[in-house]
Amino acid sequence: MHSVVCIKQVPDSAQIRVHPVTNTIMRQGVPAIINPYDLFALEEALRLKDKHGGRVTVITMGPPQAEAALRKALSYGADEIILVTDKAFAGADTLATSFALASAIRKIHESHPVTLVFTGKQTIDGDTAQVGPGIAKRMELQLLTYVSRINELDETSGTITVERRAEGGVQLLKTALPCLVTMLEGTNEMRRGSLPDQLRAARHELTRWDRVAAGIEDVTKIGLKGSPTVVNKVFTPSPRAEKAEMVTVDSGRAADLAVELIARLGQRFPVVEAELARRAG
Amino acid sequence: MSEKFDVIVVGAGASGNAAAYTLAKSGLKVLQLERGETSGAKNVQGAILYADALERIIPDFREEAPLERHIIEQRMWVMDERSYVGSHFRSDDFNKPPYNRYTIIRAKFDKWFSDKVKEAGALVICETTVKTLLRDDAGKVIGVEVDRIDGKIYADLVILADGVNSTLARKAGFRPELDPKHVALAVKEIHFLPKDVIESRFNIQDEEGVVIEMMGKITHGMMGTGFLYTNSDSISVGVGCLLSDFMTQKITPYQLLEQLKAHPSVAPMLEGGEMKEYAAHLIPEGGYHAIPQIYGDGWMIVGDSGMFVNAVHREGSNLAMTTGRIAAETAIELGRAGKAMSAANLALYRKRLDDSFVIKDLKKYKDLPELLDNNKQFLTTYPELLNRSAYAMLKVDGEDKRSKQKDIYRGFRAERSLFGLLGDAYKLWRAFR
Ligand SMILES: Cc1cc2nc3c(=O)[nH]c(=O)nc-3n(C[C@H](O)[C@H](O)[C@@H](O)COP(=O)(O)OP(=O)(O)OC[C@H]3O[C@@H](n4cnc5c(N)ncnc54)[C@H](O)[C@@H]3O)c2cc1C
Ligand SMILES: Cc1cc2nc3c(=O)[nH]c(=O)nc-3n(C[C@H](O)[C@H](O)[C@H](O)COP(=O)(O)OP(=O)(O)OC[C@H]3O[C@@H](n4cnc5c(N)ncnc54)[C@H](O)[C@@H]3O)c2cc1C
Repeated sequence: MHSVVCIKQVPDSAQIRVHPVTNTIMRQGVPAIINPYDLFALEEALRLKDKHGGRVTVITMGPPQAEAALRKALSYGADEIILVTDKAFAGADTLATSFALASAIRKIHESHPVTLVFTGKQTIDGDTAQVGPGIAKRMELQLLTYVSRINELDETSGTITVERRAEGGVQLLKTALPCLVTMLEGTNEMRRGSLPDQLRAARHELTRWDRVAAGIEDVTKIGLKGSPTVVNKVFTPSPRAEKAEMVTVDSGRAADLAVELIARLGQRFPVVEAELARRAG
Repeated sequence: MSEKFDVIVVGAGASGNAAAYTLAKSGLKVLQLERGETSGAKNVQGAILYADALERIIPDFREEAPLERHIIEQRMWVMDERSYVGSHFRSDDFNKPPYNRYTIIRAKFDKWFSDKVKEAGALVICETTVKTLLRDDAGKVIGVEVDRIDGKIYADLVILADGVNSTLARKAGFRPELDPKHVALAVKEIHFLPKDVIESRFNIQDEEGVVIEMMGKITHGMMGTGFLYTNSDSISVGVGCLLSDFMTQKITPYQLLEQLKAHPSVAPMLEGGEMKEYAAHLIPEGGYHAIPQIYGDGWMIVGDSGMFVNAVHREGSNLAMTTGRIAAETAIELGRAGKAMSAANLALYRKRLDDSFVIKDLKKYKDLPELLDNNKQFLTTYPELLNRSAYAMLKVDGEDKRSKQKDIYRGFRAERSLFGLLGDAYKLWRAFR
C-alpha cells in the first residue's frame, strides 16, 4: 500500500488584499499554506495507512519555498516528501504541471510501486481542477473525481470502493487499483500530528528533484514552453453601481407592497415604466 | 522513550529567539516550542527595535533583518481633547550609521529571527503549546509536556520565554497571578499609506522615521500612553493603559484608540490609510517590584514572562533579547564547566542581570508606576492646564501677558494647592532621579 499525495502551496486567499492605491494584488506578506483541499486528500491517505500500513509520499512541484508545505505534510505523519523544483518548470499551466507531476510519480513508482495517487479537488488560487485528471490521463490510471468517502480498499483483489458526489446524488463506485482519487472538501478533518512527527519533520532531509531527476527529457513539455494557456489579465471586477433596496410599507399589506414595489421599479428604470405604460395602453 | 535535549526554550518571541539562537550557536542541542503558527504570529509590539540588544546577538543583523525605518525624530505630546503641547527632538546624528533605533513589523521581523535560530541549528516546532513542566521527585524541572500525542520531552534546562501571560510559570508556582495593576492592555493598528505620502507628512526621506509618544487626557485619567510610529509604507498607531484602570473605567481599549485616531492632531496623519492589522496584547508594567524569582532547579525565566519591561521608556523587546542572551550565556558557561543546571549555579543569571542595564534601569524607576497610579493629576489635570496655558499665552486678544500668567497660575492653584504642586514636583523628581 503506497499512496502518493500531490499538494500545492498557495497564498492564503483569506489574507490576500488588493492594494488600495495601485489596485494590484498584494502577494507580499501573504502567508503561504497548503491548498486546503489537498489536506483532505492527505488525511485520507494517512487513514488508509493507519488501516492497511504502508507508505505515504507527498509531492509538490513549486519554488524552493514550497519546502515549508512539504515539511508540514511530514509533521502530520507522511513518510516521505519530494520537492520537484527547477527553473525550467516556471510558468507552467495545468497541462505542463500534470505532465511534470506524472513523470515524477512514475519515477517514485520505480522504487516504491504506487497503489493510489491523491489530489485535491482543485486549488484556491488556480481553481481549474484539471491537474488531477491530467495526471490520471498521462499515467493511464482510473480516475475517481469528487470522492467524498473511501468505503473500502481491498489489497488482495486490488480494488477500491468509493462514494462520489454527483449532481443530484451520490454514486457508489468500485474500480481496480492503482487509480487516482481527487478528494472533495469537508470529507474529513486533518489530524494533529504527534510530537515525534514534529521532530522528525523538522529534521528530515528534504528530497529535491530537478527536471532530470523527475525523469523529464522533453523540455518543450514543461514550464512556459509546455504551456499553451495564457493568463491575459487578472483583475478585480469593479463594484456594481446599483444597489439592492429594501421596500416596506407601513400598512404591511401585500397589495400596498406590490404597488410600492412597482412604483420604485419605475423610478429606477424609467424604460421599464415606459414599457409598462405602453402595454397598459 | 522520548529523546533528551540540552535545553528546551518555550516560546519564540524576542526573548526565546535570542536564547535559542545563542544556545544553538554554541553547539548545544536546543528545542524551541512555539504555540503560534509561526514565530511572531502571536506577538505584538509597537514596534521599535533597539539595535544594541540585537547587535550583541547577531552583529551584522542590519544586512538582512527586515527593518522599516531608522528613527531620526522623537516627539512627545502632552494632550488634551483638542490640542497638544509637545517637544520634538530631531537630530542628524541619528542619520549616521550604524543606526540606533528602527521601526519594525514584528510578524516579519520574528520570522527572520526564527530563520536565524533554525540556521544556528535549533529545532523549532510551532503550533505546539507546552502544557506543563515535568519535574522529578525533588522538584527539579526535567522537561515539558506539550499538547500533542507522545508529548513528553526532556532536557537539562527549560527556559521559559512564554511572554507576559506565562501560564506555565504561574502553574508551576514560580510566579504569582498577574496583578491588573502590573499589566497594561495595549491595542494597536497598522494603517497602510503610500511611502511618499508618509514621507511628506512627516518631513522625512529614504529610510528615515518618526516616533510620537502621547500622554494626557487621551487616556481619560487612566495610567497609559499612546504612540504612533512610521514604517516603510504604513503607520502603527496604538494606545495602552493599565488593566486595573480599564476595569474601573467604562471605556474599552478599542474606543480609546478610536478617540485617539480621531484627535484633531492625529487624524490628519492617518487620513486615507487602509487599516490592515488590529491587535491587542498585555504589557508587563509592574517594574522592578514585580520581577518574580527567575531561576530554579532546571529552569530560568526570560523576557516578558519575568516582567522585564521598562514602561517609562517603552523598552521591552531589548530587555527580552538581553535577558534571553544572558540566560543562554549562563547556561553555556555552566555546561562548559561541567556544572549542573541547579538553582545554586543558575543564580549567576540573576547576578549578571543585576550588573546589566536591565535591572539597573528597572530599579531607577521602581517607584514610578505606584506614584503615577496614586497621583492621577499627572495624567489629567496637568496636561489640560498645560494646554490651556499654551493656548492663552499664544492667543493675541488684547490682554497683557502678565495678567495671562496670573490667570494661568490661578488656574493651577484652583486645581491643586500650593503644597500639592510642590509635592508633585518633588515626587516626580524623586521618581525620575
Ligand atoms: C490567478 C491564476 C489563474 C490561472 N489560470 C490558469 C488557466 O486559466 N489555465 C491554466 O492552465 N493555468 C492557469 N493558472 C496556472 C495554474 O494555476 C497552475 O499553473 C497549475 O500548476 C495548477 O493548476 P491549478 O492551480 O488550477 O490546480 P488544480 O487543477 O485546481 O489542482 C487540483 C489538484 O492538483 C494538485 N496540484 C495542482 N498543482 C500542483 C503542483 N504544482 N504540485 C503538486 N500538486 C498539484 C493538487 O492536489 C490540487 O488540489 C492560473 C494561475 C493563477 C494564479
Ligand atoms: C502594543 C505594544 C507595543 C510595544 N512596543 C514596544 C516597542 O516599541 N519597543 C519594545 O522594545 N518593546 C515594545 N513592546 C514590548 C515587547 O513587545 C515585549 O517586551 C516583547 O515582545 C517580549 O518578548 P518575549 O519574547 O518575552 O514575549 P513575546 O514576544 O510575547 O513571546 C512569547 C511567545 O511565547 C509563546 N508562548 C506562550 N505560551 C506558550 C506555551 N505554553 N507554549 C508554547 N509557546 C508559548 C507565545 O505564542 C509567544 O510567541 C510593546 C508591547 C506591546 C503590546
